[in-house]
Amino acid sequence: MSGSSVGVVEAQRIHFSEPLHLRSGGVLPAYDLAVETYGTLNAAKSNAILVCHALSGHHHVAGHYADQPENLGWWDNIIGPGRPLDTDRFFIVGLNNPGGCHGSTGPSSINPATGKPWGADFPIVAVSDWVEAQARLADHFGIDAWAAVVGGSLGGMQALRWAISHPQRIRNALIIASAPKLTAQNIAFNDVARQAILTDPDFHGGHYYEHGTRPVRGLRLARMLGHITYLSDDQMGEKFGRELRHGSFAFDYDVEFEVESYLRYQGDKFAGHFDANTYLLMTKALDYFDPARLDDGDLVRTMARSSPQTNFFVASFTTDWRFSPARSREIVAALLANGRRVSYAEIDLNFGHDSFLMADPHYHGLVDAFLGNIRL
Amino acid sequence: MTNAQGRPDFAVIAGWVAPGHRVLDLGCGDGSLLRQLIDARNVQGWGVEIEPANVLAAMRNGINVIQSNLEDGLRDFADDAFDHVVLSRTLQTVRHTEGILNEMLRVGREAVVSFPNFAYWKNLRSVLDGRMPVSEDLPYQWYDSPNVRFFTLLDFEALCAQMGLTVVERRVLDEAGESIAVDAAHDLNFLGSLAVYRLTRAR
Repeated sequence: MSGSSVGVVEAQRIHFSEPLHLRSGGVLPAYDLAVETYGTLNAAKSNAILVCHALSGHHHVAGHYADQPENLGWWDNIIGPGRPLDTDRFFIVGLNNPGGCHGSTGPSSINPATGKPWGADFPIVAVSDWVEAQARLADHFGIDAWAAVVGGSLGGMQALRWAISHPQRIRNALIIASAPKLTAQNIAFNDVARQAILTDPDFHGGHYYEHGTRPVRGLRLARMLGHITYLSDDQMGEKFGRELRHGSFAFDYDVEFEVESYLRYQGDKFAGHFDANTYLLMTKALDYFDPARLDDGDLVRTMARSSPQTNFFVASFTTDWRFSPARSREIVAALLANGRRVSYAEIDLNFGHDSFLMADPHYHGLVDAFLGNIRL
Repeated sequence: MTNAQGRPDFAVIAGWVAPGHRVLDLGCGDGSLLRQLIDARNVQGWGVEIEPANVLAAMRNGINVIQSNLEDGLRDFADDAFDHVVLSRTLQTVRHTEGILNEMLRVGREAVVSFPNFAYWKNLRSVLDGRMPVSEDLPYQWYDSPNVRFFTLLDFEALCAQMGLTVVERRVLDEAGESIAVDAAHDLNFLGSLAVYRLTRAR
């Protein structure tokens, strides 16, 4: 794909003083959101696109900071002048959701009631809570309706929730590598990840900040497990096969196979900066997401609340077994049953669930085509 | 099936749909037919297409397109969701002929089917000359053809009768895309290059 990066960007922190009442019954009395924007909001405020992040994402979606040229945003390849999320045309908004650990109020923030970090006392947040926080962010910018809400994986769930909760405020929804709810197998993976963290002796019931420690081992294991499920069997086979780091068996438990080396590296890298409590919260938000639950599990009834004016683009990847194409098709079928405007693509890419982050020309072409039909 | 030019069946189909109708086009290609029906007849349209390049082209055309394999049926579509379900020059490429026809009339009130007529006299002459036919409506060589079923008007009508489908209307076109103004089925079978049918299920 042609186009270029947005270049140097800056993060901002926006304070919201109105309490956020959460799905769990908890309340965030006040909160900050870390936000980045790219491009220019037009006078009619009709060109804004919200990018929702997945499990480990944040507000740094594109570009780089002036003092950190290597630190590219997590979805830089799709955003910028001439790219599908074209900053010459659109005003792109990325945020770190409440509960996050990249600058928005989360478990590592100070609880005003105690003067200490929230830790395990941070209330459980749901996808619908994030959407409410995002709606207030739209209000902050004076945006009545997003031109589009875009997300992959857990981010796609937010786009779907937007279409249900605020049908008049979302003109286009891009729901990529996502699902209308997790399967038992998918919840099971999340629970193993959580158990790794919860049983780490350094977890201290979630109040590890006070102990000057972090459950690094648990978080590392959680990430290693997650990483396996984000890749495809074929891709791992191609990338690592049974390659040995030192050519022959050592008959011990050190790193021998290349895939071990890779996973440990990924685990270490992640555990070095991510907050374990946030990881727990994000996986719970995934598990709880089930917008059809209050409609007796009938997603067709749920999607009847979406607007007939909203256009949907649903995409899945052939090698994604964590959020398989069949799960995306459930969303498509529920939209079709309501006569909604929806396009669906099943994209043949070899990177498993991580495919949604790849700069594949066909995939990006589809996003570009869909967004190209938006009239501002 | 990629562009509107040289697609005389499009005009026939456009005449059969009414403004506001919900139309599903199976094997929609780049969405040309739906684009035409939306622009000219103000229908609501959805397409089904398997080829990635066509899915992309249809999306660029502003068409709602679902990437899916027709051989798997229309499982993502609810009963009676559409006024018309169109299968334009595609039936001959589908292996499960009865399956797709049943599915079309499950999800739609009316099925619109067009296909090249193998009994068209030029095709017959070609076979008599010892070669598989290549024509305006059968534009492929035998070794690169996507077509897997070869049949005639009379074959198709016999199948419809056997399946209990009602032919509401039949339009038969010559190679130039002109309607052939004769009534006898055997004559049409000999003179027609492309057949367009409007079908319902007897209820």
